[in-house]
Amino acid sequence: MSASDANLDHELHSHGDTHGHGSTKSYLVGFLLSVALTAIPFWLVMSGITPANWTAAIVIVCAVVQIIVHTICFLHVTTSAEGGWTLLSYAFTAVILFITIAGSLWIMYHLNTNMMPGMMTGEVSTTP
Amino acid sequence: MATTYDQASQEAALSETFHLVEDEHGHGHGSPTLLGFWIYMMSDALIFAALFATYGVLSTSFAGGPVPQDVFDLRLVALNTAFLLVSSITYGFGMLAMERGQKGTVQLWLLVTALLGIAFVGVELYEFNHFAHEGAVPQRSGYWSGVWTLVGTHGLHVSVGILWIGIMMVQVAQRGLIEANKRRLMCLGMFWHLLDVVWIGVFTYVYLLGMIR
Repeated sequence: MSASDANLDHELHSHGDTHGHGSTKSYLVGFLLSVALTAIPFWLVMSGITPANWTAAIVIVCAVVQIIVHTICFLHVTTSAEGGWTLLSYAFTAVILFITIAGSLWIMYHLNTNMMPGMMTGEVSTTP
Repeated sequence: MATTYDQASQEAALSETFHLVEDEHGHGHGSPTLLGFWIYMMSDALIFAALFATYGVLSTSFAGGPVPQDVFDLRLVALNTAFLLVSSITYGFGMLAMERGQKGTVQLWLLVTALLGIAFVGVELYEFNHFAHEGAVPQRSGYWSGVWTLVGTHGLHVSVGILWIGIMMVQVAQRGLIEANKRRLMCLGMFWHLLDVVWIGVFTYVYLLGMIR
């Protein structure tokens, strides 16, 4: 965790509230970060000034960072909220989410490539 | 005997500390409802995990039908993203007003949030209508089944959220900012913010990555 993150974290808890409803500042910080993290990927894709691979990588990174920003600034998930249970269940959900999505893509990609070529395009086989 | 008893009670007191911390929240919402609702939302997130996985697996199954570049309009998606993002912060302002006990301000922010939500659903319905007009209907290909199910489920959640905001406005108008209503508003807030988080996944995966494929 960098120094600026630590400062932000301190801001969020500065009123000594374990539930963390945030403050005007935390909502504004979250909002401004989100605007930037939304504008950058939309601008890159709509203008097409970067190579597709780079654009895809930046878009994905922005989304991940924005999800973390929302989690901290809007959902107020912290180590102290609800005795840490919100964070624990959130982390657990993130793991399951990752396994479900990445696992499905991985397995189905290999199943697709291992399919018989004729079946991929829906052609009828000409061999008797 | 007395020392053993003391030790036992001290140990009991120490082990109690973990639970006592939970009771010291002070705001009067140490209710288990918030954590329970949070866990419900995590299970809701898993529904979206399944839908994202389905969409991902079907993301190249066009079956000769329309491709994303033919149909998607990123300007509309950007507008919708803005609606939802702004609605997140307006709800946040509502929560801050709730903490200060300003009933009228809470109602105002709830109304603004609901209107932004309605704008979001409105644009999405327009977009779906456009999809259908271009022949990008769910039964056209696996890809469009995936899009309609994923984006549609999110839109349905937002619609339910708008309905819930309406119900809470009536509740707050009738009974004011009582503890029960504060708890409900906090649950609604979590729900609303989580929908925004899911939308980040939708606009990134479906729309932005769909356009540069």
